[in-house]
Amino acid sequence: MLDEKIINSLKERFEDSILDVGASSGDSIVTVELSSLHDVLLFLHSEFAFDYLLFITALDYPKREGKRFDVVYQLRTTSTFDEIRIKASVAEGEEVESVTDIWVSAIGDECETYDMFGIWFKNHKGPGGEGLRRALMPDDWVGHPLRKEYPLKGDDFADKWTEKYLPEGQRHQIEHTRMP
Amino acid sequence: MAVEVVGPKNVIITAKLDKLVSWGRRWSFWPLTFGLACCAIEMMATAASRFDMARIGAEVYRPSPRHSDLMIVAGTLTKKMAPVLRRLYDQMPHPKWVMSMGSCANSGGIFDTYSVTQGVDLIVPVDIYVPGCPPTPETLYDALLKLQDKLRKGGSLNA
Repeated sequence: MLDEKIINSLKERFEDSILDVGASSGDSIVTVELSSLHDVLLFLHSEFAFDYLLFITALDYPKREGKRFDVVYQLRTTSTFDEIRIKASVAEGEEVESVTDIWVSAIGDECETYDMFGIWFKNHKGPGGEGLRRALMPDDWVGHPLRKEYPLKGDDFADKWTEKYLPEGQRHQIEHTRMP
Repeated sequence: MAVEVVGPKNVIITAKLDKLVSWGRRWSFWPLTFGLACCAIEMMATAASRFDMARIGAEVYRPSPRHSDLMIVAGTLTKKMAPVLRRLYDQMPHPKWVMSMGSCANSGGIFDTYSVTQGVDLIVPVDIYVPGCPPTPETLYDALLKLQDKLRKGGSLNA
């Protein structure tokens, strides 16, 4: 469990923006307002030396009342190896302030989260100044595969993607028979 | 094939040209370095000292498709990778062979999902399918010997 001092100074500094404080498997979980998310992370980085961003990801709750996604930031400090998890709820179409100005390692994570969930990170700056782009799927892909409504075996677009780059005649033709 | 001795230092060997060429080709496959997933680890093990693909002359892994004649597709072929696979195949000079190694390359395997090509034979013609997840080095070895058989029976241009 993280030092109470950090939690208390977070509560003192950000007051109403701290919505909830919990714990799971020895990690503190702090839920914050989206509007103060960047400030909270910057505060933890500069005041408590959380210099290592482990990952950014998102969770999708399509049936939840209110905001649909949670963005999750897992931080670690390399002096004491304490970890803290910061969460914030994001609605469909809402933008999240990028943290690439705090941790360079956020570049890949933000691109991946955008790719998989369609959450836009504003002011994202890549290594050569690039903006936010897809990390895993092809650049011209349509849809965000880790959203709950995305079909596991792909939609019509996913079925036709290969045909776009390898039209009939440019690839091997074969009929597959499938087991029922 | 016949061997004729025509003097103390001269020997004439007569053979069908195609058999001779096929013999040369099947004992010197030059595979393309094309590991896509965990199958590549088994492929590397096959090439390394314990199993030693050099014993059947197939140890020269080439990093360029223009130098190779055997493409071992070792691993999961994602849709994003499929156009690249086809381009590499097209760049290989004839005659060329394709080995589909492992369940993912054969049929998509456990990844029956939006992002995985359901079998490399949808992209390139496959000569031999190697089952397993991943296939052991022995299985890959067996597949190479079977591919040799294919050349032996079908001639050098059986591609």
